[in-house]
Amino acid sequence: MSDSRLDVRKTYKLLINGAFPRSESGRSYEVTTASGEFLANVAQGSRKDLRDAVAAARAAQAKWWGSTAYNRGQVIYRLAEMAESRRAELAEHVALAEGLSAKKAQKSVSRAIDRMVWYAGWTDKIAQVFGGANPVAGPFFNFSLPTPSGVVAVIASQNSSLEGFVDEVLAPISAGNTVVVISSERRPTPSILLGEMTVTSDFPPGVLNIVSGITAELAPTLASHEDVDGIDLAGVVGDEANELSITAAASIKRVFRPNESDTATTTRRLRAFIETSTVWHTIGQ
Amino acid sequence: MSKDDYGVKIPRTSTVPAVGSEAQLRALLTALSGVDAVGAEARAAQLATRSIKKSTKLAAIDLAISMVDLTTLEGADTPGRVSSLCAKALRPDPRDLTVPSVAAVCVYPDLVAHARSVLADAPVAVASVATAFPSGRASLNVKLLDVHEAVAAGANEIDMVIDRGAFLSGRLGQVFDEVAAVKETCGEAHLKVILETGELVTYDNVRRASWLAMLAGADFIKTSTGKVTVNATTPVALVMLEAVRDFAETTGRIVGVKVAGGIRNTKDAMKYLVLVNETVGSTWLTPDLFRFGASSLLNDLLMQRLKQQRGAYVRPDEFSGD
Repeated sequence: MSDSRLDVRKTYKLLINGAFPRSESGRSYEVTTASGEFLANVAQGSRKDLRDAVAAARAAQAKWWGSTAYNRGQVIYRLAEMAESRRAELAEHVALAEGLSAKKAQKSVSRAIDRMVWYAGWTDKIAQVFGGANPVAGPFFNFSLPTPSGVVAVIASQNSSLEGFVDEVLAPISAGNTVVVISSERRPTPSILLGEMTVTSDFPPGVLNIVSGITAELAPTLASHEDVDGIDLAGVVGDEANELSITAAASIKRVFRPNESDTATTTRRLRAFIETSTVWHTIGQ
Repeated sequence: MSKDDYGVKIPRTSTVPAVGSEAQLRALLTALSGVDAVGAEARAAQLATRSIKKSTKLAAIDLAISMVDLTTLEGADTPGRVSSLCAKALRPDPRDLTVPSVAAVCVYPDLVAHARSVLADAPVAVASVATAFPSGRASLNVKLLDVHEAVAAGANEIDMVIDRGAFLSGRLGQVFDEVAAVKETCGEAHLKVILETGELVTYDNVRRASWLAMLAGADFIKTSTGKVTVNATTPVALVMLEAVRDFAETTGRIVGVKVAGGIRNTKDAMKYLVLVNETVGSTWLTPDLFRFGASSLLNDLLMQRLKQQRGAYVRPDEFSGD
């Protein structure tokens, strides 16, 4: 008897509303390792995939923000658990995608998982840290409450295939937003793996939607989409980012453009997609 | 015969066979050939893949808007809700006067008078469901009174339900007589006969019920009430459109079709328009002969219309809810 068996090759698909569809357009594109060898065929998303993803994110948002902060924290922590048990696979893909040594890739995965835990902790602290009771000159209680912007589009970092991605999507999600993300064009596989893990860690369908594809083709659709409330331009620079900011302005989106000072411990991104509502409440007798 | 008639040859003189007895009706209906279920489903699925773009899509959206029977059939309906529905029916997008009005508003009989007074003499019809909607399980007298009151209150169109219990147990004469009696009570009002195809089980039954309704005098045949699990589907619409075509060819009387229930987005509406065009031809592509019974469809049509104009996806809350 022969030991040979047929290859079981993986199809890297989109993540929309908790399901893994191929692109509506039927397209896929070739992704290579950092050294230029064939790595995988990945679904090449289209405008209609983004439309579906935004509709799913919008439908999921009220329920996600309506669940308790404690519960959201548990869900994100569960993602960290899932990632921990699949860290070897993640590290392999980070190494292939970013051209890192195995050791460096593992360190990158560890940092990414630690970030998940960090964001899991933030869910029930956002209101404490960024909200508060305001002193006012009158017989009122005055509270400022951070609430999510709504549906946030993320153009994921092109280089940091896992660490960057985790930051970019979990910051808005932990604040109660739902996310549609265009994954790194050349290095999408670690983010696709992470997307698969969200489905096994109690993320409600639609909270995180991942569309892989050509950034320049997809990004304008999200920037102009009027049902998107904010956009993180991590994966685009220079004129392209300026163009997208201008497009986003037409529908009054919050635009977040990362800069050099955004280190692992700043909360700039966490605060980027929060709307503060202030409540005046009379003091009773 | 013009090119876009797709071979529907309608005789000049109307010769609807008179139905004298239940036996004669039964003979007429059983003589109809059976429906090729696999073929009907494949044909409907194939037509559903056709893609309509750009200016054709815009024209189709406007046509679909003009074919909508804007419907509210909830226990919680109020005059206020009907008022806003009427306002929306007249001017679906108040910012854009090029958007056509819808064909009709469809309400329960007790709200007909209110809808009529809000719409005044605007070119939007008031349709009312009647005859113990949605089950159709009441005595004939109750049903006729229901219709009579709706017409007296100003309804231009009556959507009646057939008694599926009677139809399924073979009491075809009873169903026929009911439709004929309701038609008579309608007077000037147009009669749409709801077959509730989700409860008819087979395509053969759909074809027979369509013929029965048309023989008894229906001006429209309508798929569903929207109140059961299975609503309008494209194969069922295909079977009904074929029945309408065959009926027109044999008798010379042109009957309309209304699809209702579960049609929520522009894509669905486009599928039905293609189906109409390919089955009975462009003669039927008018609000006089084809309607969509829907509530949420209108907003999606308006969203798609705006998207075509702006080039960007728009927010659902650009348009009022109900």
